[in-house]
Amino acid sequence: MFDDLRDLYQEVILDHGKHPRNFGKPESFNRMARGENPLCGDKINVYLSIGPDGLVNDAHFDGRGCAISQASASLMTETLKGKTEAEAEALFGHFHDMCTKDDHEHTDHGHLDLEAVERLDVLAGVREFPMRVKCATLAWHTMHAALEGHAALEGDDKTTTE
Amino acid sequence: MDTRILTNAPYDVEKVRQDFPILTRLVHEKPGRPGKPLVYLDNAASAQKPRAVIDAMANFMAHDYSNVHRGVHYLSQVATNLYEATRVKTAKFLNAPSPDTIVFTRSATEAFNLVASSWGGTHLKAGDEIILSVMEHHANIVPWQLLRSRTGIVIKVAPVLDDGTLDLEALARLLESPKVKLVSITHGSNVLGTVTPAAEIARMAHAAGAKVLFDGSQAAVHMPVDVQAIDADFYIMTGHKLYGPTGFGVLYGKAELLESMPPYQGGGDMIQTVTFEETTFREVPHRFEAGTPPIVEGIGFGAAIDYVTALGMGAIHAHEQRLLAYATEKLQAIDGLRIIGTSPTKAAILSFTIEGVHPHDIGTLVDRAGVAVRVGRHCAEPLMDRFGVGATARASFALYNTEAEADALVDAVRAVREFFN
Repeated sequence: MFDDLRDLYQEVILDHGKHPRNFGKPESFNRMARGENPLCGDKINVYLSIGPDGLVNDAHFDGRGCAISQASASLMTETLKGKTEAEAEALFGHFHDMCTKDDHEHTDHGHLDLEAVERLDVLAGVREFPMRVKCATLAWHTMHAALEGHAALEGDDKTTTE
Repeated sequence: MDTRILTNAPYDVEKVRQDFPILTRLVHEKPGRPGKPLVYLDNAASAQKPRAVIDAMANFMAHDYSNVHRGVHYLSQVATNLYEATRVKTAKFLNAPSPDTIVFTRSATEAFNLVASSWGGTHLKAGDEIILSVMEHHANIVPWQLLRSRTGIVIKVAPVLDDGTLDLEALARLLESPKVKLVSITHGSNVLGTVTPAAEIARMAHAAGAKVLFDGSQAAVHMPVDVQAIDADFYIMTGHKLYGPTGFGVLYGKAELLESMPPYQGGGDMIQTVTFEETTFREVPHRFEAGTPPIVEGIGFGAAIDYVTALGMGAIHAHEQRLLAYATEKLQAIDGLRIIGTSPTKAAILSFTIEGVHPHDIGTLVDRAGVAVRVGRHCAEPLMDRFGVGATARASFALYNTEAEADALVDAVRAVREFFN
């Protein structure tokens, strides 16, 4: 009945949706943001641990959402590890383009980790489902806010580590 | 037209379906891939339109269109007569005592804002209490919160029982406070389907010295409503869920209440005389209808009332109740499916969740089978919290739906279960 939905719900997505990686609030983190999609009520928290070298040491998330949003968050946390903040932001820019734009409309977001780009490609199917784009991008917007929050809250670690 | 003959005839849903052009269309058609017949079960969000409504609006614009209530020319009078005829039909539809008790608005939402702003703004003061229920649509929550921030009124919330029935005992306790001035409550929940005992609620409210407002956006679509029998002080409904056009809402108010209320918006059509020093306002209900009204929509709404009246609201109700019972039984048999809202008095609305599958995914998948349902919070976030769910999928039935369509829903939902297993 749903054969033509396999582009959207690829096995990798179903797997990550059912068994999300890096799920749950970690014991330590130093960046955090809360994201919400008012359309469907999905809520997500993204927790990042940025090392002194500026690399993402660890990334976790929790919250509830559909298979697309859970899988997207799960894949995101996997691809972020070991990236610089600039690389994480570049991946966000690329991911957003992938979900919302045709190939020729993609813009340059700086250096991209091609392996990560390839992994994230399983979510490219949402491009055909405009109503579901926000499901896929929620985690990334939240991650972006967590990184941004750092700039605003520099020197005030308590605010972000609770 | 003699409606008695029609309402006594057996309900012929296949014949009814022929009145709705959209029901023959296919969805998800692509080159090389046949489309799926539309199974439209999102009626609680908005219902489809019969040919009679579409034609009435088109004919009006093609032959009789003009502004209303102004001008002495021929078409102005024709258009005014047709538009005001809708007021008479609406009064009859709700069994209101007079067309003058019917105020036209641009939506049910606007009607709530009108009552909150005009009646609430002048009859409620700081510390006065109003009672809502936990199953209210945001349109019956937010206008009161806006009023609260202006005046300092207190909002109390009546709970529901686990089956989605209004907790009348809790309501009675809330009504023990002498400060309660208004009970504003749904007559039919857009999520649970629960139909509330309006006459009983009105009796309780009045005994406590409070007024009562009913949100009939859903109820008035599914069953006969008699505002005098239930003794409503205010009753609100919307056009687009009653097979009429968007952009049209109705506020019924008891004459003495409407007369005690100042204008809601200022502008043309609601005034008697205007000078820069002073303006006098027209009588009720025109006092509340500032500016050029939704004329074409009003004509369409009148045609929608004619349409459902000819079928008979009682016959429509009986048909939908059969569908509800049929679909409920079949859905309940699906493993892991939970129906939210199982009150013994229900309109044909089925909210449900499936264990391990998010409603958004349900919506996307069943849509591919041609089945249109609503997923999300249904503009009733407090109710989602009450039942501990972030969102639900909702199938809502209308006068043109069939058992075969309920089967299509059930088949699609079963396939969703398998897909995610």
